Amino acid sequence: MTIDWQHFTPWTSLAGGVLLGLSAAVFVLLNGRIAGISGVLGGLLQPRRGDVDWRVAFVAGMLLAPLAYGLFATLPVARMSTEATLLVGAGLLVGFGTRLGAGCTSGHGVCGISRLAPRSLVATLTFMVSGFLTVYLVRHVFA
Amino acid sequence: MLTLSAFFCGLLFGLGLILGGMTNPAKVQAFLDLGGAWDPSLALVMGGAILVASGAFAVAKNRPRSLLGAPMQLPSARDLEPRLIGGSVLFGAGWGLAGFCPGPAIVTLGTGAPAAGLFVCAMLVGMLAFEGLDQFLKRARTPRPAAGVR
Repeated sequence: MTIDWQHFTPWTSLAGGVLLGLSAAVFVLLNGRIAGISGVLGGLLQPRRGDVDWRVAFVAGMLLAPLAYGLFATLPVARMSTEATLLVGAGLLVGFGTRLGAGCTSGHGVCGISRLAPRSLVATLTFMVSGFLTVYLVRHVFA
Repeated sequence: MLTLSAFFCGLLFGLGLILGGMTNPAKVQAFLDLGGAWDPSLALVMGGAILVASGAFAVAKNRPRSLLGAPMQLPSARDLEPRLIGGSVLFGAGWGLAGFCPGPAIVTLGTGAPAAGLFVCAMLVGMLAFEGLDQFLKRARTPRPAAGVR
């Protein structure tokens, strides 16, 4: 394993993490809920009365974040695959998997570990290992 | 108020993801690529977030209601069921393939990137597929009362 020092961004990543943590903290203290994105979205697909507004508002805030960021700084360059089959396959896996596993990087990874939930620790380790293995297979075995 | 605070939390969450580098799938995959040139940045995103959020959750745990008076809804499940593991394995595979997890995909959709649009559509279909299967299994498990019995 070699560390890619050229692309390593310790300070901005730490600062980004602090903002994420602040968002999760304010959200649980004010709204009494977990800032878990797959859960927020999943609840919108099974709408219940009185449980829709805050979800729509949270997602709207996320969608407007690039615009708000652009007011103060240049958006960082994002490189992503444009291969439709890969995007659809990966999207299906992420959607189905996060609902089956009851959480994603935010709900289990950030909020769950912050509240010391053993389930979330197990889920986080599992999806990290699965992600490591997938990238290893794609880049170093089947490449 | 609850809707407004949800909006600002969503916005702040999105800004954190952008600043942290999570909305760049290439960077996410570089973090997941232990066998190549490894970019450890995302470990700091998670570490920073956990450091800040931990205190708030410790306070929240002991409160029946939030500061705005909403009921405190923290997950109570404790079992390590197969579906928790299986779901996380599938999610991790999709995350590695495209470099998107749900939050960053939604934020990137906000930049108008077509790839994010396609990914988010497929993700929502995947979520609906789970809801459908879950409902079907629940119904299959509950025995129906026999016809004609009152």
